[in-house]
Amino acid sequence: MANSPPANDQRPSGAADSEYAVELVGINKSFGAVHANKNIDLKVKRGTVHGIVGENGAGKSTLMSILYGFYTADSGDIFVNGEKVSITDSRHALRLGIGMVHQHFMLVENFTVLENIILGAEDSALLTPSLARARAELATLAKDYSLEVDPDAVVEEVSVGHQQRVEILKALYRGAEVLVLDEPTGVLTPAEADHLFRILEQLREQGKTIIFITHKLREIMAITDSVSVMRQGEMVRTLATADTDPAELAELMVGRRVLLQVKKGAANPGETRLEVRDLVVKDEMGVVRVKGVNFEVKAGEIVGIAGVAGNGQSELLEAVSGMTAPVLGDVIVSGKRVSFHGDDGAGRLRKAGMAHVPEDRQRMGLVTSYEEWENSILGYESDKRYGAGLSLDIPAARNEARRRIEKFDIRPADCRLKTAKFSGGNQQKIVLAREMDRELEVLIVGQPTRGVDIGAIEFIHSQIIAMRDAGKAILLVSVELDEIRSLSDRILVMFDGNLIAEVDPADADERTLGLYMAGVEEPATESDAVAAP
Amino acid sequence: MSARTELPRWVTLALMPALNVALAFVIGGLVVLAIGESPLEAIQILMFGAFGYGEGWGFTLHFATNFVFTGLAVALAYQAGLFNIGVEGQAYVAGLALVAGLAVDQIHWSVVLITTTLVAMALGAIWAAIPGYLQAKRGSHIVITTIMFNFIAAAFMSYMLTQVFSRPGANSETETLDAIGRLPLLREFMPFFGRSPVNITIFLAIAALIGVYYLIWHTKLGFKIRVLGQNPNAARYAGISAVSIIIITMALSGALAGMVAVNEAVGVQKRLIIGYVGGYGFVGIAVAFMGRSHPVGVLLAALLFGALFQGGQELNFEMPSVSSDLVVIIQALVILFTGAMSEMFRPALERLFIRAKPPPEKAVAPAPPANQPKSSGEQGSGQ
Amino acid sequence: MSYTAILFLLDSSVRLAVPLLLAGLAGLYSERAGVVDIGLEGKMLGAAFAAAAAAAVTGSAWIGLLAAIGVSTAMSMIHALASINMRGNQIISGVALNFLALGTTIVLGDAWFKRGGITPTLSLDQRFGPIELPFVAEAANVPIIGELYVQLISGHNILVYVAFLAVPVTAWVLFKTRFGLRLRACGENPTALDTAGISVYFLRYKALVVTGVLCGLAGAYLSIGQGANFTDNMTAGRGFIALAALIFAKWRPWGLLNTCLLFGFLASLQIRLQGLELPGIGQVPVQAIQALPYILTVVLLAGLVGRAIPPKAIGQPYIKER
Repeated sequence: MANSPPANDQRPSGAADSEYAVELVGINKSFGAVHANKNIDLKVKRGTVHGIVGENGAGKSTLMSILYGFYTADSGDIFVNGEKVSITDSRHALRLGIGMVHQHFMLVENFTVLENIILGAEDSALLTPSLARARAELATLAKDYSLEVDPDAVVEEVSVGHQQRVEILKALYRGAEVLVLDEPTGVLTPAEADHLFRILEQLREQGKTIIFITHKLREIMAITDSVSVMRQGEMVRTLATADTDPAELAELMVGRRVLLQVKKGAANPGETRLEVRDLVVKDEMGVVRVKGVNFEVKAGEIVGIAGVAGNGQSELLEAVSGMTAPVLGDVIVSGKRVSFHGDDGAGRLRKAGMAHVPEDRQRMGLVTSYEEWENSILGYESDKRYGAGLSLDIPAARNEARRRIEKFDIRPADCRLKTAKFSGGNQQKIVLAREMDRELEVLIVGQPTRGVDIGAIEFIHSQIIAMRDAGKAILLVSVELDEIRSLSDRILVMFDGNLIAEVDPADADERTLGLYMAGVEEPATESDAVAAP
Repeated sequence: MSARTELPRWVTLALMPALNVALAFVIGGLVVLAIGESPLEAIQILMFGAFGYGEGWGFTLHFATNFVFTGLAVALAYQAGLFNIGVEGQAYVAGLALVAGLAVDQIHWSVVLITTTLVAMALGAIWAAIPGYLQAKRGSHIVITTIMFNFIAAAFMSYMLTQVFSRPGANSETETLDAIGRLPLLREFMPFFGRSPVNITIFLAIAALIGVYYLIWHTKLGFKIRVLGQNPNAARYAGISAVSIIIITMALSGALAGMVAVNEAVGVQKRLIIGYVGGYGFVGIAVAFMGRSHPVGVLLAALLFGALFQGGQELNFEMPSVSSDLVVIIQALVILFTGAMSEMFRPALERLFIRAKPPPEKAVAPAPPANQPKSSGEQGSGQ
Repeated sequence: MSYTAILFLLDSSVRLAVPLLLAGLAGLYSERAGVVDIGLEGKMLGAAFAAAAAAAVTGSAWIGLLAAIGVSTAMSMIHALASINMRGNQIISGVALNFLALGTTIVLGDAWFKRGGITPTLSLDQRFGPIELPFVAEAANVPIIGELYVQLISGHNILVYVAFLAVPVTAWVLFKTRFGLRLRACGENPTALDTAGISVYFLRYKALVVTGVLCGLAGAYLSIGQGANFTDNMTAGRGFIALAALIFAKWRPWGLLNTCLLFGFLASLQIRLQGLELPGIGQVPVQAIQALPYILTVVLLAGLVGRAIPPKAIGQPYIKER
C-alpha cells in the first residue's frame, strides 16, 4: 500500500513465500481454572476471509486476543507470513501488520474520528502534522474501500456503524494486512452489516486477509471463504465455506451431546401464571436487545427458550425478573401487572411469587464473600421467617440453610463456610435451593447447569421437573440444546431479540432446532438484508 | 491476576493490618530520629503518658470516645461501599445540639443528655443524608460532596456562632451550660481518673459499638447494607433498593458522627466554640481503615489513637522538640498503609507461606477471584 | 466604589486566584489521566513548607522553589505508587497525603525552627518580589488603562505570571500535542490507549509528575511569593477549592482560569465586606460568600444547573489482564 505509515517499514520483509498470512499452532491459554483455549491450531490463507464460529464462551475472542498480543498464550507458536514470531503486546502485533477491531470498540468516545485514528500512531510530538496526514490518508482509504467517515465528527455522536468504520480505518492506517473482526455485526443494523460486508469484500480484493469472528452462521455463509468451528475452548473443524451448510455448522457448534435421561410425565398445564406482552429491552449500551416479545407460561409447564447465546436472552431474563425496567411492554404475574418503578423491582416480583435462578450466579446470584447461610436468604432477607421485626433471626436462617444443605445435597455440608469456597455445582445448588425451596408461583431459571458437573446436572434437572409437577410455572432459558429439549414442554426459539418459532419438543430434532437458532428458517424480515454471496 | 494463594484467615485479618500499622510506627520513629531524639524513649514517654497513670487513662479514654463515634461513622458507611469523608462537618453541625441543651439545662443533666443526644444525632443525620441523597438520586460523587459539605458546615457554623448563638460579650462561642445540666464526669465517682474529662458519654460509645455490631450482622438492614457494599449486582438481583440503603446508611453514619457533639461540646467544653471538632472526624477515617470497618477493630484502633493523642501531648511536654502533631503523621501513615496500600505485604507473605507449606491447603474447589472473566476469556479484551 | 477601589479589589482577586489556578491545573493533569487527586491540598502544603524552609536556610527563593517542587513531586509519586502500581484506592491515598503534609510540616518546622511550626520571616530578597513590567512609569500618567496596567497587570511576583501563562500552555499541551492526546485518552478509555500499544502506567506517572511540579509552584507561591513565611496549615482548604474549581470548570483549562478568578473574587469580596453595612441590605454574612464556591460545586454536581461529567475512567486502577 502506497500510503502506509512509516510503522509499516518495520514489518519483517522477504517472508512472503508462505501462503498463510497467519498460523497458530498448539495454542493453550487458561484463566485460573478455566481452560479457554485447548491446543488450538489455525491456518489462515492470505487474501481470504476466514470465519471463526462458535458460541459465546467457546474461546474465539481469547484466541484472537493472543494473536493481537493482548494476552500471552501459556504455550503454542504463532507464525506470521511463515515466520515464527512472539507477540508480546499490541504494538508488536501492529508492527507485524495485524490489526484488530474489537467487539467493544476501543475508541475514545469524546475524541474526534481523526484523533482516534492517530492515537498511539502519531508522527511527532505535535498533533497538527499527524492530523493533516491522517486526513489525507482517510480520503484515500475511503475511496478504495467505501470506508466513508466524517473525520471531524465526535465519536460518541456518530452511529455505531460509523464507529466501526473508524475502528477498521484505525487498523488500516497502521498498515494492517491482517484484519481481525470480533463479532462485528453484534451492534449493527442490517443495513450497516450489509455495508460492512461490502467493505470486507473490497478489502479482500485488495489482498488483505480477514479473520471474521461470529456466532451467526448466516454471516459465515455470506462472507467467508473458509470457516473454523470452535466449541468449549477447542477447535472442532476447519472447512471450506462452499462445502458446508448452516445445519452442519450449527451441529458442529452446539455439538452432539449425550441426551440425558430425564424421567418426566406429560405436562398438565393449568392457568396462566406469567404473561409477557410486547416486551422491548435495551442493554446498558442502549442497544435494543429484546424486540417486542410475547409469550405466556402456565402453571405446571416448563417453557424453554432456546437460542445461541447473545440473542437477547439475558436481557429478557433481567427484565422479566424485575432487575431492569423494559423500554416498553408488560410483565404480568398471576394476573397482576408488575410495576418497574424504583430500583427494587426484583423484590416486588419475589413478593408476587416469582423466584429467579440467575444466569450468572457469581456476578449476581451470590455474594461470594458471604457465608453459605447468608446466601441462602439473599433476596428473601425481609421474610418474616427470618425474624419478625428489624433483627435477623440468625439461628432460624442457619437451621433452614442446614435443612437445605441436606435436601439439596450441598457439599461440604457447612453453612458457615464462605460461599467462594464451594465448587461451581454446589454454588448453583445453593442458589437453586434458595429459589425453589419456598412458596412460589413462577420460577425463572437461566442456564441452570452452566459450569456444573454431570452428577449435579441430573439432580438439578429432576428438581426442575419436580417443581413443574407441583404446579409451578417455569421459564427456562438455556443455550444447552439437550437441556431445553429434555426439560421443556414447549420450546420457543429466540433469535436476534425476537421469538421466531414455537416448537413441540416431541418433533424438535437437533437439526431443526439448530436451523431455527441460526436464524435460517426465520420468516422473512428486514434482517434478511444480508445478501447471499 | 492469576489465581491467588489462599492465605490463612489470621494472616489477612490480623497479621497484614498489624504489619501495616507497625510500618507506620517505624516511619514515625524515623521522624523522631531525624529530629534528633530517641524513638525508643519517645515511645516509652508516649505509652506512660497514655496508660501510666489514672489521669492519662482518663484522657486516653476521652479521646477514644470521640474516635469510636467517628470511626464507626466511617466504618458503617464503608460497609455499604460509601466513603464518608464528611464526618468532620457532620459532627460540627451536630454541635448545635448544645443550644438545645442550653434550653433544658435548668432541669437535670439526664434531660440535657437525652435532648442533646437526640438533636445531635438528627443534625448529623441530616447533614450526611443530603450527600447520600445526591449520590443515590443524582449520581454526584459522595466523596466530593461530603468534602464540600465539610466546608459548607464550617461557614454555616461560623455564621451561627458569630451571628446567631454567640454569647453577649463574646464573638465565637455560646453560653455555658448551667451546672445542673452538666454531664457527670467519671472522676466524680472514680478519683482514679484525676482531672481528666472522660464523662458518661463513654457508655454511649460502648452502646454505639454494640449497636453498630448488632446492626451490621444481626439485622435485616445490616444484611442489605453489606450486600450493597459487597456486590451491587447481587443487591439489584435481590431487589434491595440501592437508593434507600445509601440514604439510610449515610443518615445513620451522620448520626454517629453527631455523637461527638455530646462527648466533646456538651460533656467537656460545656459550650459550643468555633471549630470544636478539631479533626476528630478525620481521625475516624484512620480508625475505620485500621479497624477494617469492624466494631471490634474500630474499638482497638480508637484506643490506639486515643493513646496517641494523649501520649503525644505528654511527649511534647517531655521532649519539646517533638511536636504533638507527630500523631497526625502516624494517622496519615496508618491511612496510607492500611487504606490505600493494604495489599503491600501480600506478595511477600504469599511467597513466605507457599515456601512454608509446599502443597497449599486444597480448598474444596477454589472459585476464581471475583474480578476474573467468568466462563472464559470471551469478554477478555475489555478487561 | 471608586475606580481605584475596584482595581484594588480585582488585584486582590488575582492574588487569591493564583494558588487555586496552579493547584487546579495540577489536578487537571492528574484527573485527565484518570487519577483522582484529593491530595492537592497536602502537596501544596508540603511544598509551601519546603519552599519557606529552604529559602530561610539558603537565602534563595529559587532554591526554595526547587525544594517545593521536589517535595510536592515526591508526594505525587507516593500517590502514583499507591494508585497505579498497588491499585489502591486513590481517594484514600489522597486523604492520607493531606494528613501526612499537615503533620510533617508542623513536626519538622517545630523541630528545625523552634517557633511553634512557623518558619522564619523572609526578607524581600529571599522571596519572589513584585516585578515591575516595562513602561510602568509612562503608563502611570495614562488615565483608566494606564492605571489598570500599573495596578492590576504589573507588580506581581513571577509565579503569578507563570500561573497565568500555564493556562494557555496547558490548553495547548492538552489539545495540540501527542502527550495531551494520550493523556486525555488515558482518562477516558485507558484500554483504547493500551490496545494502541501505549503504556497506561507510564503515562499516568508522567501526568503525576506534572501534577507534582504545579502543586510545588502553588505551595511556593503561598509561602515565598504572596507570603513571607510558612504557618501551620497555611493552605487552609485551598487545595479543596482548587478541586471544586476543577470540577466547576469541567476539567478544562480556560474554564479553570475563569472559575479560579471567580472564586478569587469571591474571597477578596468577602474580606472587603467583613463587617460592612450595605445600604438596604444590612450586613452581608461573609460566611455565605465563603461557602459559595462549595455550594456552587454541589449544585453543579447534582446536575441542577449543567452537568459536570468527569473523565470516564477516573478513580479506577487500570488492570491489564495477562
